[in-house]
Amino acid sequence: MNTALSRSASTALLRPAGILVLLAIGVAYPLVFTNAVATNDAIYTLIFMTWAVAWNAFSGYSGYISLGHAVFFGSGAYFTGIATVDWGWTGSKVFWLLPLAGLLGGAIAVPVGLLALRVRRHTFVVITIAFFFIFQLLAYNLQSITGGTSGLLEPPAATIGYAVATYNNPFYYVAFGLAVGTIAIAWLIRRSRFGLQLRAIRDDEDRARSLGVHAMRVKLGAFVFSAVPVAMVGGLWWYYTTIVDPASGFDPLNDVAIALMAFLGGLGTVAGPVLGALVIEPTYLTFQQQASYWYWMAYGALFLIIILLLPRGVIPTATEQFGKWRARWRGRGVHAAASPAAISDRAEDLA
Amino acid sequence: MAQAITDGILGGMVYALMAAGLTLIFGVMDIINIAQGILVILAAYLSYALSVHLHINPLLGLLITVPVMFVLGVTVEWAFLRRLRGRERTAMSLLVSYAVAVIIEGALYQVFGATPVAIQSSYANSSVHVPGFHLLFIHVAGFYLANIYLIGAGLAIAAFAVIYLTLYRTKFGRSIRATMQDKVAARLIGINVNRVAALTFGIGVAVTALGGMVYGVTNAFNPDSGYDLISRLLSIVILGGLGSIGGAMVAALFMVTAEEIVNLWQPNWATVVYYAVLVIVLLVKPVGLFGKREARAQ
Repeated sequence: MNTALSRSASTALLRPAGILVLLAIGVAYPLVFTNAVATNDAIYTLIFMTWAVAWNAFSGYSGYISLGHAVFFGSGAYFTGIATVDWGWTGSKVFWLLPLAGLLGGAIAVPVGLLALRVRRHTFVVITIAFFFIFQLLAYNLQSITGGTSGLLEPPAATIGYAVATYNNPFYYVAFGLAVGTIAIAWLIRRSRFGLQLRAIRDDEDRARSLGVHAMRVKLGAFVFSAVPVAMVGGLWWYYTTIVDPASGFDPLNDVAIALMAFLGGLGTVAGPVLGALVIEPTYLTFQQQASYWYWMAYGALFLIIILLLPRGVIPTATEQFGKWRARWRGRGVHAAASPAAISDRAEDLA
Repeated sequence: MAQAITDGILGGMVYALMAAGLTLIFGVMDIINIAQGILVILAAYLSYALSVHLHINPLLGLLITVPVMFVLGVTVEWAFLRRLRGRERTAMSLLVSYAVAVIIEGALYQVFGATPVAIQSSYANSSVHVPGFHLLFIHVAGFYLANIYLIGAGLAIAAFAVIYLTLYRTKFGRSIRATMQDKVAARLIGINVNRVAALTFGIGVAVTALGGMVYGVTNAFNPDSGYDLISRLLSIVILGGLGSIGGAMVAALFMVTAEEIVNLWQPNWATVVYYAVLVIVLLVKPVGLFGKREARAQ
């Protein structure tokens, strides 16, 4: 009892301190690494981190694997691009379009979710892929709005009015803010009754329903929530690159990369997709800068190795090992008596 | 219209075969092979390389490509898919087969480049003319049957016959069906489930050799074409009901014919037919046309 108390007291201090250190590193990063390549890689990493965390808050918590979230990313990108050019907005003002892009993403997610969430497992995966292709096809074919194959060609009236040396910084801080906000909400969801209902659906949907969980309402709520940040980073991504065409806005590789990030870190945990994005996106960007297609194969091979060697992800595996190690080290008391299953449950809650 | 319908039915047979491979793999192993699309393209490139470099007729080339694809399928199952365990096995099998697809795609880009190619052959552009005739009270205008479609449909029917006879007339086929019904029970009565899974995956991939040959003759293709194919094939197997070979055949014939008909007046929107039909059918019947109820359990 005594050990348990002191342990929770030490983690109660350690965790906020750790989070503060991470936040400080995040804020200081572009001030320390002023190199444009470093900030560019960081912006992409934060964009995909936000996407992975939001995706995980739906797919990881509920067990419904969506391979169609690029629908929201592309919609956010096209919306921001079209609105910026049409309304002639410039500079930092454009960032205020991102909440609107998020609303649009959420609004698209309602009908898509109502249709797709009627089916489960493989069928759900395939339906999300089908929606993905419908939206990509719309982007190709609605030429008067999207510019067809060539995408949105007209650049915004004036790019952001900052000095070249620190040009990336506003994008970095907006991406950082979106990532932090999304992680915070994903964490709150996981701790809430809503998050518990989602995990009950993941474990056994029919039993959850029989216990009074409104499965459709809960699933749809999580689906819509997860669409909003993805559409927002889609808009940010457009403003950063000022280019979007159907192939890059609706890119199937992104959908799978996101799932891989969550799997690498630990599906259904809060920290998992954050860690996954920090590992995978910089690796991908490094591979991408190589001229040949070998990077493509190396990426696929890396992908295979991760899934085969770490099927449960880094965070759950590491916390479980840590829990076992601590139980052995203390050697007695409640921890030693706890079954491995109880420890891994605890580990999952901590993560 | 008659042209579109016959093209749809003949072309649909080839898609039916590729989709049957996908749905067979699902039925036995409970996984979806996302790599099926790029495997078709790989087979098409194999036929292409054989005909360009060794001057082997694509039809004769099947004698080489079918065994090669079979061995590749068995290897992929043995090396990667067999290793997956646990609750997230389904999702992980999607990612593993996608990773295999990414590797193959990269290799194809590296070897053949991104420029689209097509397999040239004597029967690529030849066709048989069918004169107009009266069917009941409707006048059917004359139309052409492309030889390659006839050959493809013939081969697909032959392959279906082989698959059917294997499934329903051999001991191995019985063990496949037993594994589809209940994996644990099959293991208990002495069926080597791992061997069944590997061979089924091999068969499911081997049919892509045939599909790839026909696809390569009728379309210009590059490594990117795999995405187009897999999205069509997935729509077909879901519409037919996962695990149902007959369902895959009906769905393929329906989808490809519908696409050909829409293609007559709206070429840009023809492929949206696949997804629109899929969404509408699943609204009415979430397990697909011939799917089993169990497929819905989470």
